[in-house]
Amino acid sequence: MKKIIKYVIIDILRNKIVLGYTIFLLLISLSIFNLEDNSTKGLLSLLNIILIIVPLVSILFSAIYVYNSSEFLELLVSQPLKRKTIWLSLFIGLSSSMVLAFFVGAGIPILLYEPTPTGFMMSGTGLLLTIIFVAIAMLAAVKTRDKAKGIGIAILLWLYFSLLFDGLVLFLLFQFADYPLEKAMIGMSMLNPIDLSRMLILLKMDVSALMGYTGAIFKDFFGTQKGLVISFLVLIIWIVLPTWLSVRKFKHKDL
Amino acid sequence: MIITTNVSKKFGKLVALDNVSVTCTKGECIALIGPNGSGKTTLIKTILGMVVSDSGFITFNGKNILHDWKYRADIGYMPQIGRYPDNMTIGQVFNMMKDIRKTTTSSLDEELIELFGLKTMLNKRMRTLSGGTRQKVSAALAFLFNPAVLILDEPTAGLDPVASEILKEKIIAQKKAGKLILITSHILSELDDIVTQVIYMQDGKLCFHKKMEDLKTDTGQQKLSKAIASVMLSMRV
Repeated sequence: MKKIIKYVIIDILRNKIVLGYTIFLLLISLSIFNLEDNSTKGLLSLLNIILIIVPLVSILFSAIYVYNSSEFLELLVSQPLKRKTIWLSLFIGLSSSMVLAFFVGAGIPILLYEPTPTGFMMSGTGLLLTIIFVAIAMLAAVKTRDKAKGIGIAILLWLYFSLLFDGLVLFLLFQFADYPLEKAMIGMSMLNPIDLSRMLILLKMDVSALMGYTGAIFKDFFGTQKGLVISFLVLIIWIVLPTWLSVRKFKHKDL
Repeated sequence: MIITTNVSKKFGKLVALDNVSVTCTKGECIALIGPNGSGKTTLIKTILGMVVSDSGFITFNGKNILHDWKYRADIGYMPQIGRYPDNMTIGQVFNMMKDIRKTTTSSLDEELIELFGLKTMLNKRMRTLSGGTRQKVSAALAFLFNPAVLILDEPTAGLDPVASEILKEKIIAQKKAGKLILITSHILSELDDIVTQVIYMQDGKLCFHKKMEDLKTDTGQQKLSKAIASVMLSMRV
């Protein structure tokens, strides 16, 4: 397993996209922290950029990478290797290089400029989001044989998680405005890793006071130890479930 | 050594394999022959576990291959169209395969790398290779680990006469060493002095599996190409 991971990582490092992504994140985070005199404000600006860019790059790069390594997968499958090992090695190789890129590009600047619980929360959720979207991309790529379709699905999934889902939630909120939906909203947010991460980070900041009654309910849940543990468990489920499904699919895929 | 029992595989509506049962024993050199799209490559890929059959089962040395993967250490496979990671060099591909298939029991057989002159172009990237050179790499990889079974899918397609002669010599040498060799080809004339058994497939079905001598006596022909032609004609009637 280690050997395949090694070859995947060498291959990813050889193509310069991940390096470019790292430098891009580094430039953004450094310039934001240097422009704002108050680093908490900087963190807030960085939040939205990270919540959009990190999932997008992770899902797109991984989906394209999986399709491009179809030759590599084909070669490995005819060798004495377990299919599960091959797929998991690809997953680990991809996610560790993306995680490394995020950590160097955004994690380290955040921890340098803002070594507060909020900063830690932001780097932590960013890392988890990276892995989650690599897992989702691999599921999309293993399900569809056609490259253009698979990458299209990956883009749509990203669009759904970062834009459409919020629209749906707002729609529901207005439709059922007469009912107490605050508790249900917590459940809804579990269905979207990006929303969940945003909530976790925002509630570590003081801006949550501006969110009114809902904010108070959220604080009641996400602010507690229990809520925090549950949210991180949910994020981990978001990694494990797509990975498990894609491994299951890959085991029976015809190459 | 390899036994497939009632193996069926559908790709959507297309029936690629229809209840195929064959038994391949050690020391034989078996030719898989049939028209295009008759399921030869699919059969090979199911034996390798690259395609998962819908029904039926395959055993390798008495073990079901379904949940096994170690058996592939005994197989050298040369695909019809070798596809390799584009930005690796030939040397890197060889090193990677050696690294992945740690050879503990058998020694490496680098004869083909030498004979094909691949040693001088180890630094060439796979993307820049011509079809024939790619085939040479595939062939060299299949023989590299001294496997007990060799599965060669259209081995000489795209090779120049010199290289294809080298490969033929190599196949004959391996046959003499008592290995099981499964080979598909459309160039029947070159199979003549290699093959001991013939499997003929059509539309995913196994038409016959005969010894070479039996086929010759049955059809009254001495050449494989003539024999197969007469079989195909008799089936059309």
